[in-house]
Amino acid sequence: MSKAEQMPTSVIVVRGTTTVHFYQQARFRHWIYTVLMQSMLVAVSVVMLIPFVWLLSTSLKIRGTEFIFPPVWIPRPAVWKNYYTAFFDAGLPFPRFLLNTTIITVASMVGTLFSASLAGFGFARMRFPLRDKLFVLVLSTLMLPEIVTQIPSYLLFRLFGWIDTFLPLIVPAFLGGSAFNIFLFRQFFMSIPYELDEAARIDGAGTLQIYLRLIMPLSKPVLSTVAIFTFLGSWNSFMGPLIYLNSLENMTLAVGLRAFQGLRGTEWNLMMAAAAIMMVPVLFVFFVAQRYFIEGIVTSGFGGR
Amino acid sequence: MSSYANASHKVAARAGRSPALRREAIEGFLCIVPWLLGFLLFTAGPMLASVWLALTDYEILRPIQFIGLDNFSKAAQDPLFVKSLVNTAVYTVLYVPLHLITALLAALLLNSKVRGIKTYRVIFYIPSIMPAVATAFLWMWIFNPNYGLANALLDLVGLPPQKWLFDETLAKPSFVLMALWGLGSAMIVFLAGLQGVDPVLYEAADMDGANSWTKFWRITIPMLTPVLFFNLIIGIIGSFQVFTTAYIATNGGPNNATLFYVLYIYNQGWKFAKMGYASALAWVLFVIVLLLTLVQFKMANRWVYYETGKAK
Repeated sequence: MSKAEQMPTSVIVVRGTTTVHFYQQARFRHWIYTVLMQSMLVAVSVVMLIPFVWLLSTSLKIRGTEFIFPPVWIPRPAVWKNYYTAFFDAGLPFPRFLLNTTIITVASMVGTLFSASLAGFGFARMRFPLRDKLFVLVLSTLMLPEIVTQIPSYLLFRLFGWIDTFLPLIVPAFLGGSAFNIFLFRQFFMSIPYELDEAARIDGAGTLQIYLRLIMPLSKPVLSTVAIFTFLGSWNSFMGPLIYLNSLENMTLAVGLRAFQGLRGTEWNLMMAAAAIMMVPVLFVFFVAQRYFIEGIVTSGFGGR
Repeated sequence: MSSYANASHKVAARAGRSPALRREAIEGFLCIVPWLLGFLLFTAGPMLASVWLALTDYEILRPIQFIGLDNFSKAAQDPLFVKSLVNTAVYTVLYVPLHLITALLAALLLNSKVRGIKTYRVIFYIPSIMPAVATAFLWMWIFNPNYGLANALLDLVGLPPQKWLFDETLAKPSFVLMALWGLGSAMIVFLAGLQGVDPVLYEAADMDGANSWTKFWRITIPMLTPVLFFNLIIGIIGSFQVFTTAYIATNGGPNNATLFYVLYIYNQGWKFAKMGYASALAWVLFVIVLLLTLVQFKMANRWVYYETGKAK
């Protein structure tokens, strides 16, 4: 524990103005504090980043050189073609996997943004009997482990003839999506002044217009947050696609990667390239929408899970 | 919300059953119809069906048979059920406290006011949003017994190589390490909690001459107990549902040391098509998670500090 931390800053300033000696001491302490904090932050950053560096390094190695121990960190030459091989030449339809994942992800996002925001709107800004009781029901589903409903849901979808289609992964999104998103929408909608609704109604606007023309345009932050969560949930999802998609041409990247493991599991350079291919879009979305990510997580704490 | 709800009651009382209010009720109800339909179809319905399935012997393609509580007595004598439950409990006991401590320490670091703090935040956070399958690939390679990074690091400090995921005793700690890499989301919640602590409290403590250590234990930690509680609940619920990384990296091995509970349910339900038994196992999980959560909420009264003075 550094002395700088023990010294309350306000006292440093007050005393610092009275004695030069003390002022210098305080500055020295502040310097120690900065160095200490920076070095710890850098150390943790290294720990968090090393797996990524290791992934990148392995993914660029010539086949066989990933088995040199102790490992060589900088591959010479860097074989970028590994990415091409993993994606196009691995004996699996990866472009198809990417297309499937994109279709499912985009459809889930559209469905969730529509149905969860509508439900959130209903719970936040409309008055109807049993409203608050039903909302408690929404919240209570948050605690339910997925696996409990998964087995009967599977049987239900089988009954519908939906196995090996995208429907089990998309339709639920159009029917409310995750309860958590409804909660996020409701919380946000409640922070918008209700007078706006009343004014709009006096001007002759209907409920649908208030929802579409008034509330939605004011709700870009929460729409973005929910869009990102849904993207992550859908893109990263494994168990659902594993259960519902059987044939190769219907698989998503996540389950396709599992098939890749079965086929080329010993070629670690290609395995790492394949893993990186799946990670890159997530990184891209993260950097584009960083602000909403952190905001969303702060209000939820659920991350991409 | 309550004020609006109260207002609505007053309006309702005054207007009786005005057409406008009735219309609002119908339209409001229509807003939640998609959710309600989804809830009935994909949550409530399946839950009821699941209760019934749990009481049957049902294998796909074979007629369904009601067997009462036999699935549960079968589970009690199933060594793999016990093993997977113990595995999951051990994992939870190892993972949750370490997860909370590391996430809190990371958040404390990120709460300092030094240059580049936003970049550090991004770096600490990113691993937590990576796809689980890709994360599992990466860590399988890190833990590779012959060529992996983990052994290279041990080699560097002169320690003997380990078999990690292939070692019966080290497999679970390896999964814990893998999961700790994703401390980001809990960390962000802690960070939000830290930033929500009223600076006045620290100033008052400074006046009284409190040192950093005292301030941390007497102000920071008590004020953080609500988010700590939140992360604890989420952490336990999450760690009882580990599936993807285990399915990919070890598929339950070695010698069932990483056969976690949901993985076992999955095997029963989809690998062996024993839907009845799997439903019974799923209900056991649900009851465990529910009980743990309830116990946490009960105990929360003793240690969680809410500023309003009452637990929610």
